[in-house]
Amino acid sequence: MAHASAHAHDDHAHDHPTGWRRWLLSTNHKDIGTLYLIFSIIAGIVGGAMSGLMREELMQPGMQVLTAFSSASDPAAAIDQSYHLWNVLISAHGLIMVFFMVMPAVIGGFGNWFVPIMVGAPDMAFPRMNNISFWLMPPALILLVCSMFVEGPAGQLGFGGGWTVYPPLSTAGHPGPATDYGILALHIAGASSILGAINFITTILNMRAPGMTLHKMPLFVWSVLVTAFLLLLSLPVLAGAITMLLTDRNFGTTFFDPAGGGDPILYQHLFWFFGHPEVYIMILPAFGIISHIVSTFSKKPVFGYLGMAYAMVAIGFVGFVVWAHHMYTAGLDVDTKAYFTAATMIIAVPTGVKIFSWIATMWGGSITFNTPMLWAIGFIFLFTVGGVTGVVLSNAGVDVALHDTYYVVAHFHYVLSLGAVFAIFAGWYYWIGKMSGRQYNEFLGKLHFWVMFIGVNLIFFPQHFLGLNGMPRRIPDYPDAFEYWNMVSSWGYRITIIGVAIFFVNVIYTLLAGKKAGDNPWGEGANTLEWTLSSPPPFHQFETLPKIK
Amino acid sequence: MSATETPPPDDAGTHALARRNRRVGMIAFGVVAGMVGMSYAAVPLYQMFCQVTGFGGTTQRADAAPTRVTGQTISVRFDANVAPGLGWGFMPEQTAQTLKIGEQKLAFYKAVNNSGEPVSGQAVFNVTPDIAGQYFNKIECFCFTEQKLEPGQAIDMPVVYFVDPAILDDPQARKISEITLSYTFYKMDKPADATQRTSQTSAAVKGATRS
Repeated sequence: MAHASAHAHDDHAHDHPTGWRRWLLSTNHKDIGTLYLIFSIIAGIVGGAMSGLMREELMQPGMQVLTAFSSASDPAAAIDQSYHLWNVLISAHGLIMVFFMVMPAVIGGFGNWFVPIMVGAPDMAFPRMNNISFWLMPPALILLVCSMFVEGPAGQLGFGGGWTVYPPLSTAGHPGPATDYGILALHIAGASSILGAINFITTILNMRAPGMTLHKMPLFVWSVLVTAFLLLLSLPVLAGAITMLLTDRNFGTTFFDPAGGGDPILYQHLFWFFGHPEVYIMILPAFGIISHIVSTFSKKPVFGYLGMAYAMVAIGFVGFVVWAHHMYTAGLDVDTKAYFTAATMIIAVPTGVKIFSWIATMWGGSITFNTPMLWAIGFIFLFTVGGVTGVVLSNAGVDVALHDTYYVVAHFHYVLSLGAVFAIFAGWYYWIGKMSGRQYNEFLGKLHFWVMFIGVNLIFFPQHFLGLNGMPRRIPDYPDAFEYWNMVSSWGYRITIIGVAIFFVNVIYTLLAGKKAGDNPWGEGANTLEWTLSSPPPFHQFETLPKIK
Repeated sequence: MSATETPPPDDAGTHALARRNRRVGMIAFGVVAGMVGMSYAAVPLYQMFCQVTGFGGTTQRADAAPTRVTGQTISVRFDANVAPGLGWGFMPEQTAQTLKIGEQKLAFYKAVNNSGEPVSGQAVFNVTPDIAGQYFNKIECFCFTEQKLEPGQAIDMPVVYFVDPAILDDPQARKISEITLSYTFYKMDKPADATQRTSQTSAAVKGATRS
């Protein structure tokens, strides 16, 4: 079928615009996927640079790095400005990494590239809507970056209320327009994701090739399907909540203002009703990617396919009824806390099913440790560490002590920064040959993995110690006692930067001088439909739909 | 759409797929619209939930005192706060009262407008411990309506309340020996509208019975 579609694509020159039109007006799922990946890399550089500033500031107690950015001549005012700059950086770092780096990479990038191919469809169900989904993202990112340069609190630039945007800090605390810019950025990014989710659901439900039943779908497609449903159900709630915030700020409503009978805690409920499914939105596609890679490089089908698929469904479902575990210190009564503790712990069960099934897939397999496999095993290890600290934090009693400490920061960076991001790199190395037609350099890929593995663990593992000792998150200064592990953590960042540099060298090498990748560089273990096509795949694939046995 | 870009096996099949795609797409849009609606519906639902369950120390409103008065006593402390920008003095006229559970009691707060202009305020309230909210009943309260004070004007404002004897049947609440009733006064922004509303609601209060 690869040959059939390769010939057919010549007949369709009118569908193959060139130059800027190919990208700006694109309705091709592979081109849009590429745009998403490039966008995600750019956002990752911006968000990563911010974390670099943060780690440099935290390297030693006192304020010495961020003060360089303040314009005030009075030292006290300069310190105040750098404190606020810190708040702006943590807020923007969180929002950029969640909405503009991880989500565009796993859903927009790999999802667009491979979901249609894996279900045997010629393209997405709504190709033009797919174009809008992508092109809403750059304006959203620009708006968010602009918000850093307009007034937030009186006399200060930028929004500094954290990625959660809790009122009253985001309403009464930030009279300037910076918050409104941020809210609008989230609205646009949210609209983009909702349109994307609708597109994925329709594609997966309606456009599967003959014989491709739901129970034969590759696990990555399953993961994107579950993710799309989570997006569909949770993002509108965020949109509603931030719209209320916007009208509270600008039009005199009092949804979250006690003066008019509102309640700021309601915002927290609405936000986390979105926010908790959001963390699964980021990690479920990563689960899908890892399943493919582990199976490919173990040369075995995934262990417990149905269990893997329904574990993701279960995680998605339970993910909607655990939101208040982010709010244990907001004044919930003891029965409510007991429920949310129990419900949260239950998520460890389907997650355990997945971890053990990956291990069982590797068990007895003929494993080759190519770069994607290293990243996948790294993912399993680090995600498990993050999952274990998550079970610790799910206890309402323990959380009261650890709430808003660096322990929480370590936890969610282990599952996201080390989990989701490792899966993104795994997917990158796994599919770059397919996407670009050229294979990456194996030595550079492995070097990238080991440098980064050491770097990120040096950053985040010491943060467990800092958190257990009571160092609060979101504060740029700390007592001298915390200096040692902060120093280690900041050196970890510097090592990580070297790893990222190796990645970029490898990207450039791949695109300029990489060996030609055959249709299937991974051999018998890789048996999903993308490996039946040429590398890179033809502009339009599957003009004759493949038949699935 | 995709179907037009690929040479279709037959026209009817392509149209059928486009139609099915549209249907699934519209259902998905419907779900999105429904969830936006749900997030707004959460506002009144959340308020209702708090009022019904006393969640977060939300007090109850009653029309009459309970018929049963128990022998057990409980003490109620009074707390008063003013939001920034209101320009009022606001304080309870008694620090605490001790009463029998089930007994109806009258307490007073005093408010003085220290600013140079007429100001309308609205009080919000709750009790601690939170769990006592569902047993703390107010029959009459200045917090039910907006209050408007002329410059320099001082008023005494009554609260008529009782603690529901059902508190003694709640294993988690029956050991409570002291409840704190807290008010915070906020400024209402539109004095013109507020005047009108205050006069209407005060008429309604006059009609209410005290005992």
